[in-house]
Amino acid sequence: MNVSSGRNSVIFIIFISVGIIYLIRLFYLQVVDQSYTASATNNVMRLITDYPSRGLIYDRKGELLVYNEPVYDLMITPRQAKNLDTLELCRLIGISIEEYVEKFNKAKSYSAYKASLFEKQLSVETYAALQEKLYKFPGFYVEARTLRKYPLPIAAHLFGYIGEVDTSITRQDSYYKDGDYIGKSGIEKSYEKELRGRRGVRRVMVDVFNREKGSFQNGKYDTASVAGENLKLSIDGELQFYGEQLMRNKVGSVVAIEPSTGEILCMVSSPAYDPNLLVGRTRTKNYLSLLRDPYKPLFNRSQMATYPPGSTFKLVMALIAQQEQTLFPSTRYPCYGGYPPGGGRPKCHPHSSPLDLKASIAQSCNSYYSYVFRSVIDNNKYKSTADAFAFWRKSIEKFGIGIRLPSDLPNVLKGSVPSIEYYDKYFGKGQWRSSTIISLGIGQGELGITPLQNANIIAGIANRGYYYTPHVVKAIGDEMYLPEEFRIRNSFGIDRKYFDIVVDGMESVVESGTAASTRIKGIIVCGKTGTAQNPHGKDHSMYVAFAPKYNPKIAIAVSVENSGFGSQWAAPIASLLIEQYLTDTITRPEMDKRMREGVILPEIALPKVPVEKEKKITQKSPAIPVKAITRVN
Amino acid sequence: MRDQKNILQNIDWVLVALFSVMVLIGWVNIYAAVYNEEHSSIFDLSQSYGKQALWIIGACILALMILVIDGKFYAAFSYAIYVVFILLLISTFAFSRDVKGSFGWIDIGAFKLQPAEFAKFATNMALAKYLSTLDIRMQDSRTKLISTLILGLPAVIILLQNDTGSALVFASFIFVLYREGLSGNILLLALVSVALFILALLVKNSTLIGILIGLALVFILMVRKNKRNIIVIVSGAIIAIGMVYSVDYVYNDVLQAHQRTRIDVLLGKELDLKGAGYNVNQSKIAIGSGGLFGKGFLQGTQTKYDFVPEQSTDFIFCTVGEEWGFMGSLVVIGLFMALLGRIIFVAERQRSQYSRIYGYGVASIIFFHLMINIGMTIGLAPVIGIPLPFFSYGGSSLWSFTILLFIFIKLDSYRLQILR
Repeated sequence: MNVSSGRNSVIFIIFISVGIIYLIRLFYLQVVDQSYTASATNNVMRLITDYPSRGLIYDRKGELLVYNEPVYDLMITPRQAKNLDTLELCRLIGISIEEYVEKFNKAKSYSAYKASLFEKQLSVETYAALQEKLYKFPGFYVEARTLRKYPLPIAAHLFGYIGEVDTSITRQDSYYKDGDYIGKSGIEKSYEKELRGRRGVRRVMVDVFNREKGSFQNGKYDTASVAGENLKLSIDGELQFYGEQLMRNKVGSVVAIEPSTGEILCMVSSPAYDPNLLVGRTRTKNYLSLLRDPYKPLFNRSQMATYPPGSTFKLVMALIAQQEQTLFPSTRYPCYGGYPPGGGRPKCHPHSSPLDLKASIAQSCNSYYSYVFRSVIDNNKYKSTADAFAFWRKSIEKFGIGIRLPSDLPNVLKGSVPSIEYYDKYFGKGQWRSSTIISLGIGQGELGITPLQNANIIAGIANRGYYYTPHVVKAIGDEMYLPEEFRIRNSFGIDRKYFDIVVDGMESVVESGTAASTRIKGIIVCGKTGTAQNPHGKDHSMYVAFAPKYNPKIAIAVSVENSGFGSQWAAPIASLLIEQYLTDTITRPEMDKRMREGVILPEIALPKVPVEKEKKITQKSPAIPVKAITRVN
Repeated sequence: MRDQKNILQNIDWVLVALFSVMVLIGWVNIYAAVYNEEHSSIFDLSQSYGKQALWIIGACILALMILVIDGKFYAAFSYAIYVVFILLLISTFAFSRDVKGSFGWIDIGAFKLQPAEFAKFATNMALAKYLSTLDIRMQDSRTKLISTLILGLPAVIILLQNDTGSALVFASFIFVLYREGLSGNILLLALVSVALFILALLVKNSTLIGILIGLALVFILMVRKNKRNIIVIVSGAIIAIGMVYSVDYVYNDVLQAHQRTRIDVLLGKELDLKGAGYNVNQSKIAIGSGGLFGKGFLQGTQTKYDFVPEQSTDFIFCTVGEEWGFMGSLVVIGLFMALLGRIIFVAERQRSQYSRIYGYGVASIIFFHLMINIGMTIGLAPVIGIPLPFFSYGGSSLWSFTILLFIFIKLDSYRLQILR
């Protein structure tokens, strides 16, 4: 049925109207609006990325630790790069003609029409010379960028480094495009969003001679870049510097935390390197030689190395057992050189016997803590060993052992705590008892904790029962903002009253016990030495401490690999750092000198020494074989 | 009644000529859009333009096949073809690959097939078949319901595949329904709704409602003697106000984030030139820089490789605008207007209802694509990726439009053999 002949006209009129509206719009765009037509004389609009300056980084006292230095990237648009004196350009930027051809072809294979990076990070001088003559080189232009600079050669691991973004990231995150820089490790990575700021883009018209002819449509479509936010770290630059000085020529780490806030005061991983090495045009070369260094300076030991906690774990056991009511200050256990008595394992060093709880800490008696561990695991309260073990595992997790501390640092490891399944598999289900796993009680065996976890435990003991997640950033941006999660108290799950005896024991460690040689006049330091057994070589020297005893300001964990007893190296280093932090003076110059100059391993990467030289020294050095050092669990 | 001895007899050569010219201009522009100095032959199969040559040859073969098949076939098998393509659409859920966030592609060897493209002519056939049934009256609500179902089914499936653009194309059938007797008020209502939607997003609600009430009062004054008209106006105003409020809801809660951004960019509410606004802005610059006569063949700087994205598919019109200027735009839009006019003219001379309805479907689909595609390149329509018929690079699109148009040409050549 043909409805109405008028309707075909209505439809056609609608079609034609849209066509006419579009043509009017096109006429306006193409003929009337001159801002677009300007390009018709073969001018080209160029997008210039306006890179924001990355946020600066300060230490807790406001000292500048990281800043930016301008450099210039030479960009090329291959299709426009015609009729130019390539030799002169090569001479100006210091490359050979072969390199020129190679770079040109690389850029062209990416895109003939799209600008890409030709030569990166020209110095200010090169840029100045080039800029004058840039008009001779059509298709080339310069983009300003910035590089990181570090006034002090410290905390390279902590800062991390920035590098070109991976394609896997550019595919997921539209903010980044190939050739952009992104934080790759350390706080450069974890605070990438805050530090990077926001890119801007300018549209400029350039003529055939590559000269800027002004902005496109008076900058109507330009966006300004927004500088990244500055970070104020909790790190004490001076303490960090001193820590790295003391750890020179040793392998190990220092982590110091302010107990009342969880702020990390210093974080040393040794061997360290100058962060300035991983910046700029020599970066790749330096990176490779650091990578090849047998002492693995790139490895961030303070948060990624795991050691058996050794005797410092006895503090944790003393607290858990008290809370479980299986240990009291007056509890005494005998020790005749081992557990069980009479030459059993673990062995113990000679001391008076039997000991009470406080003395057991001061003397670090292995047998005592084997009994303590047994009292927790063989507690009748639990139906089976596995149940008791599950409780024990949960208890130590509250100390941050075996869990990843949700810090603001990337790559924080959780260490290792064996599971029930592990023992079931190893010994058979129901086939293991406290005696089979007794070495856990003294912090050996399958236990592994990182120096950061170790320091955190001591910070919690200093607080008598709670800790704040350790973090390195004190405040972000101008608003001095701090993420809420770092203000939350995490409890050890141990009542306040059980701490006094443990803290007293730690005090006597320094007053009259294993670390007596490191007493500081006028400051009550509570400490605990440790020696982490090392099946591959000399034991690791460990020491944890906090000070002062009341209202503690600093908690510290020091580990020095392959250096023997805790009291030998780790304790003096911790003691010097505590004194430095609390009093800003060093009253024991001979100890300071002995530590600074002490060489546990032959010549390790010294900051400031050029990399080539450094490598020669390490190769010559005899002493401990490489195999023993490189293993860090 | 005349015998049909030659399949080329009675063919509408104007339509064939328009088709050929458009396909060839499209091909040349694809060549210009992605021109690569190292592969300067237009037949180079490693490049889009070489492949497009293959698609064009394929399209010619398809066109011939369609002309050879008996004219009775299409009406007779309309429903069957519709069902086949609906099943094919559903099967994409099982076999598809993710291409740019939509799932509407099937891989057949080296080829990628987009069933959504082909669903258009199948739906057109089914609708034509249904509406040409005897005793159908567009005014019946039953007719409206079934027509909506025929159109809605493929649209919903395509929508689920995240291809909003192709799904919206089915809205264009409102012109067909109008031609076949749908009340003009409904067409008007649809156009007013679109206008209200856009206004509601641009103007503050209170202002817009004020204007609506003002208009209603003026109308009431004009027709104050007729009570019935007053009721109509008042209820119309109430519905309009309700719509204004519901737009906020639809906009914020129904639309997806990227769709919202595209609408915002179109309306000039959000100027994000690195993100969603980038394409539109770049394409406007490219077209605008063309001037009156353009920069000349292969001389475009903006459309090549860098600035304009999708320059050979959805944004092919940029190349036309940049290299051929306003004159080029005029020719292309003129060609489309000529094609649409000719299709309507040819449709109106059909004796069979089926052929006429089918013809209007062809015109509506082509019009919708034209309106959205060119509209988005000049900032008058939201960026929803649908191709420019006969111009955009791509086999599925070219073939589906060829089939769509040539079935109509076949139906037309067959018209004299049909008894009314």
